[in-house]
Amino acid sequence: MKTVNLSTYQLTNYLLYLADTNLVLSQRNAEWCGHGPILEQDIAITNISLDLLGQARNFYQYAAVLINQSTNQRAGSEATEDSLAYLRTEREFKNLLITELPRGDWAQTILRQFFCSVYLYLLYEQLQKSKDDQLAAIAGKSIKELTYHIKWSGEWVIRLGDGTDESRQRMLKAIENLWPYTGEFFIPAEFENEAVTGVDLSSLKQPWLQKINTVLEEAVVWSPAFGDGWGEAVFMQTGGKQGIHTEHMGFILAEMQYLQRTYPGAEW
Amino acid sequence: MDYIKKIYYGDIPGENSGGGELKGFSDPSLESGDEAWPLWEVFIRSKQGLDHKHAGSLHAADAAMAIENARDVYTRRQEGVSIWVVESKDIHASNPDDSGSFYEPAEDKIYRYPGFYDLPDEVKQM
Repeated sequence: MKTVNLSTYQLTNYLLYLADTNLVLSQRNAEWCGHGPILEQDIAITNISLDLLGQARNFYQYAAVLINQSTNQRAGSEATEDSLAYLRTEREFKNLLITELPRGDWAQTILRQFFCSVYLYLLYEQLQKSKDDQLAAIAGKSIKELTYHIKWSGEWVIRLGDGTDESRQRMLKAIENLWPYTGEFFIPAEFENEAVTGVDLSSLKQPWLQKINTVLEEAVVWSPAFGDGWGEAVFMQTGGKQGIHTEHMGFILAEMQYLQRTYPGAEW
Repeated sequence: MDYIKKIYYGDIPGENSGGGELKGFSDPSLESGDEAWPLWEVFIRSKQGLDHKHAGSLHAADAAMAIENARDVYTRRQEGVSIWVVESKDIHASNPDDSGSFYEPAEDKIYRYPGFYDLPDEVKQM
């Protein structure tokens, strides 16, 4: 593994950021299990949820290896994918704020998935070229899944935006709710050092806006990024990458971590 | 005179076809409100070179969604490399009431089986 030239500390935090983002979004989508609008879509959203969980596991496993290499852990207390997911506190989670927002209605879930999938796709496309072999391999493996997530969620955005009055109103509301959380995508945290990640984050913004606009335009819904200035002027929420979360974060962690914290070490 | 009666796949009663639970979905009067989506039949090719086999059915608003739903429902465990979908209403089926005239006449025509040839010894399997 060619990690020698990279700052292990920054890389570990970066991996945790990617893992947390996928894990929390996966957990939110999993809330639809058994509650989807129709059986087939229930399966579709939970499939995506499991894809994201799989990606999160890959990042956690790699992060655990780096953590154990760089610190002297007592035998039995080494970091594992489970300890990283279940035993860290709210302030230690680095996920993007948009992923922890409540699932809302179907429009909000769909639009969030679309925003995030397009972003992660563009990000992984760059990470595939990372100097870190392991990171590049995880990104390469994930990108096929993301291609489908974009297709699936994008078609739903169009279907709802171009559907009935009701579905259109819900999609417009979802855009308004979620847009202030998209700025965080492109603001690098301290650990998103270009030397470590190989990604110039600001270069992803235009392609992201372009893809979002293409789909929103086809869905005949208004886009904040269409150029009337609203999208640029809106105050963007930040803090997730630094561990400063919304009020919703504690609740989702409580639900997700409850079992491991109440019955430490419980296994299937 | 109703000589040509279109029989849908879903019209065939359960006791004859095993597809009985689909019956309600093919009858528009039984659809529940606006949210009912049409039924689609799904055919999956398990690997290149094999034919598509009927895998089941599902609901979807349009063909694109039907293919994606089929992908999510029927190919989660690597069951397929190709998917066909067709709206159930576009499938015509034989009428179970005709089974007497359709199938029973074949019962006493044993000469239609290729079992009356002497095979050369060189042919090991046939």
